[in-house]
Amino acid sequence: MTAPLLETAALNKSFGGVHAVRDVDFSLAEGELRCLIGPNGAGKSTFFKMLTGQIAPTSGSIAFRGRRIDDLPPHAIARLGIGIKTQVPNVFDRLSVRENLWLGASRRARGRTAVAAVDRMLERLRLDSAAERQVGQLSHGQRQWVELGIVLLGDPTLLLLDEPAAGMTQDETARTAELIREINRTHALVVVEHDMQFVRSIARTVTVFNQGAVMVEAGVDEIMRDPRVRDIYLGKQAAA
Amino acid sequence: MTPVTANRLGGAVVAIAGFALLFGLPRLADEFVLLQVTVYAIMAILGLSLGFIWGYGGILCFGQSAFYGLGAYAYAVAAIDMGDSTIPFLLAIALPAALAAALGYFMFYARISDVYVGVITLTVALIFFNVVNSTSGAQYHIGAAMLGGFNGIPAIPPLNYPFDPDDALDPTDMFELSLGLLIALYFGLRALLATRFGRVVVAIRENEARVEFIGYDARLCKLITFTIGGAIAGLAGCLFANWGAFVSPTLFGIVQSAQIIIWVMVGGAGTLMGPICGSVFISWLATELGRQSAVNTPLLFGAILIVFVLLVPNGILPMLQQRFGHWVVRAPGARRVVAAGEPAQEQP
Repeated sequence: MTAPLLETAALNKSFGGVHAVRDVDFSLAEGELRCLIGPNGAGKSTFFKMLTGQIAPTSGSIAFRGRRIDDLPPHAIARLGIGIKTQVPNVFDRLSVRENLWLGASRRARGRTAVAAVDRMLERLRLDSAAERQVGQLSHGQRQWVELGIVLLGDPTLLLLDEPAAGMTQDETARTAELIREINRTHALVVVEHDMQFVRSIARTVTVFNQGAVMVEAGVDEIMRDPRVRDIYLGKQAAA
Repeated sequence: MTPVTANRLGGAVVAIAGFALLFGLPRLADEFVLLQVTVYAIMAILGLSLGFIWGYGGILCFGQSAFYGLGAYAYAVAAIDMGDSTIPFLLAIALPAALAAALGYFMFYARISDVYVGVITLTVALIFFNVVNSTSGAQYHIGAAMLGGFNGIPAIPPLNYPFDPDDALDPTDMFELSLGLLIALYFGLRALLATRFGRVVVAIRENEARVEFIGYDARLCKLITFTIGGAIAGLAGCLFANWGAFVSPTLFGIVQSAQIIIWVMVGGAGTLMGPICGSVFISWLATELGRQSAVNTPLLFGAILIVFVLLVPNGILPMLQQRFGHWVVRAPGARRVVAAGEPAQEQP
């Protein structure tokens, strides 16, 4: 058993009186694909923000390949190999698709290597015909892909995807699921998603967040059968 | 024509026009015109400093005059004390750059929001203005240089050829130096913006969070951008101190800061040529109006600002590019240029 790729221990975050994330012990193996589910306000996004250094934990620790990262600024965490696609597409709307991807590629590659990597990514995302267009003019789904492309060009060890299929058409969703499986051959991923159909099509293990804490962690089929999971999604809080 | 070709062509046109002016004007124009054009070139350098950090870096500095004034005073004091102008010239660039670096470090590494960057830079300019303004009296001097309070410092020694205090620059030399530096800065900044650093700076303006997620240190990039802007503004101050052989606290003033913002806004933030054109145009207008004294100049500038904010928010140059740009530039994927005799055809 090798050491985990990502490990959090007793991770907490409070905003004033709101305990957004409480005592989360999360562990991800090298190359694993994990889905995070949970209702709105369960603390998934806050959890992601702590992993990427956008906000500092109130207490607890985050380790990436055994190295503490909870005190690093976002760009330093990115350089260690953690890439994130945020919930709202976080792209350069007024720049071209090509420039967006070039910026993603140029952190590591220079000159022709970067340009060639961008060309390959345009093809892979099926965006070659839109390469010179401003990203802001594209559909929501396409902008999601541009963001995914930027992240992938940085060749991170671990990708965090926050609702990658939100606002996509069925075809786009299917293509995204396909992309995620493809990415998982070489990268570890943590995916936040609400669409259970989508989760089922990509995940093996699912972690369920509820009220800031990990409620249950199990195989996808087991989760789908779990009545508690159904209850929290339908808003029926277990009284006990 | 693709945008890249158009961009190169634009550069070539600017280079030809710039060099024509640089070598032609001293032969054609009298000294008065030469002096006027010199001060326009200096103002254009000042406009360029803000055009770079605001238009490209997205850093709205309300106190660009702090660096401008500091450059002017640094030159004035050092030139009076040293005689030879070589080191004062370098000091007038280094000191404002150091101030910008120190200020930028606290602002960007503390991640304060854009509004506060505006407030802090404005305040710093005001502090400089008030401090320098209240240095009247014999007790306020640096070496032999009397600071002179609101009266400023007169009779500043002119620039001389490096390490040769006896060979001072005449007005033609000053013209060539100012315009030459403007041309060099324009092309220098163009080249800088084409590098990875320059492209990341623009990306930070668009989306700072994404830049950091990619792994670039946005704080450091902003700090470098701001420092370059401070250095250029200091250079403009040094040239201005030379041009009139006089500096006064108004260089630090709020009016000066506001003017630079108006130049950039009118010309067009997000371009390099826009701030240059805006600076020259507004400075020319101010000179002409001042001569006729028919209209209250500040009032007119207020009106110009309002008109531009309401009607031409992007500035003159970007508006012209939008209106007429499609006559020259065809982006790939846009409608194809129809050659003569060829049937009109639309591409998807």
